[in-house]
Amino acid sequence: MLRRHFIAIAAATIAASATLTGVAHADALADITKSGTLKVAVPQDFPPFGSVGADMAPQGYDIDMANLIGSKLGVKVELVPVTSANRIPYLQTKKVDLVISSLGKNPDREKVIDFSTPYAPFYNGVFAPADLAVKSAADLSGKTIAVTRGAVEDLELTKVAPADATIKRYEDNNGTISAFLSGQVDAVATGNVVAAAIIEKNPPKKPEMKFLIKNSPCYVGLNKDEPALLEKVNAIIADAKKDGSLNKIAEKWLHATLPADL
Amino acid sequence: MAYQFDFTDVILKGIAITVELTIVGGLVGVSLGILCAWARALGPKWVRPIVAAYLELIRNTPFMIQLFFIFFGLPSTGLHLNELVAANIAMVINLGAYSAEIIRAGIQATPRGQFEAGASLAMSPIQTFRHVILVPSLQRIWPALSSQVIIVMLGSAVVSQIAAEDLTFASNFIQSRTFRAFEAYFLTTLVYLLLAILLRAAMRGIGAIIFPRRRRA
Repeated sequence: MLRRHFIAIAAATIAASATLTGVAHADALADITKSGTLKVAVPQDFPPFGSVGADMAPQGYDIDMANLIGSKLGVKVELVPVTSANRIPYLQTKKVDLVISSLGKNPDREKVIDFSTPYAPFYNGVFAPADLAVKSAADLSGKTIAVTRGAVEDLELTKVAPADATIKRYEDNNGTISAFLSGQVDAVATGNVVAAAIIEKNPPKKPEMKFLIKNSPCYVGLNKDEPALLEKVNAIIADAKKDGSLNKIAEKWLHATLPADL
Repeated sequence: MAYQFDFTDVILKGIAITVELTIVGGLVGVSLGILCAWARALGPKWVRPIVAAYLELIRNTPFMIQLFFIFFGLPSTGLHLNELVAANIAMVINLGAYSAEIIRAGIQATPRGQFEAGASLAMSPIQTFRHVILVPSLQRIWPALSSQVIIVMLGSAVVSQIAAEDLTFASNFIQSRTFRAFEAYFLTTLVYLLLAILLRAAMRGIGAIIFPRRRRA
């Protein structure tokens, strides 16, 4: 009798403490596993990371990434379309479990949310056809480079370009791209996403990355104090990098292999 | 350690390019206009439809598209023009077409008797055109032509779209570096206004030289 009571009490205590722990430290990973759905904030207006396809279904790098994480967790993925302004509030108010929305890291954001390891390359660089020998800013001497006026790459390139390099500043990305494709300039300074969009059109001049101007890769955003979920997401990203599945996503959407240092 | 950019240089260069475009565009454009006006009104029969097609093509399409075609389109045919040459050509063909129609109006308003008077003085058709027809025609339409030159000068603002570093480029550049839109565009507005006033005065001055002591309307 005594023995049976003891077991019952012990079981009750364990159960109670487990409940208490659960209240004190809600474990998002456990909740996701329990509910069987992973809610992910994804962009719908930012190709190739996220846009609405011809079949009205969301598609893109971030959507593939969300599905990859969902399948590794063994749960169903629920995509929640967000804008760049509301993606972090959606996470903070627990409307979503993860933000996979071409999110860059900065100190202000690090105060309010946690970041995984990077999962997608996002950078500005100087691009030119393969036959142009340029490896650094100094090699731009005597060359003409198109940029979009006022963009990050304009400001950065203005600082690093040699004095005899000519920077042609166009009104918008279309002007910059047209100048490059029509051969009015030797090189173009722009983002890897823009370069991917050019390559997608299969032009005679393929922009090839020559050197980096500014690197700001994309991270998965999650709520603070979720060590189990963070560890799991990082492990999934690490595995995906190792087994080539992330590289496949990069080649599909960005038309470039994943940088080795990502 | 923030880098400094001397905006005075950008503005002065911008003014220089706008003025250069206006002078070249104005001189060559009006010359082209006179040639086209003569060809269309008095030229050989076979030239007239060609000139008419040119005038209609230019006068019925946006200046910016003409500029883009020359700068971004022509390289596909192997013709690479830098942005200044492209801008100058666009200005010339644009003003050429508009001024041709203005000058033609002046020529057609010339009384028939003037042609006959020229012929009766044993002048060749070219001499008649030059001395008897053209100068009074130009005098008649000079105010309209002056306005058209100013319109083209102001229209040159769009050459900043092909990265020609004119006055509009300068103001956009300063705005994108400092985010001081009011100052940047206010200054540009004043400079364009000043340039337009100077250009009108210059046109009046040229008019006074070409048409000395003629009847004043």
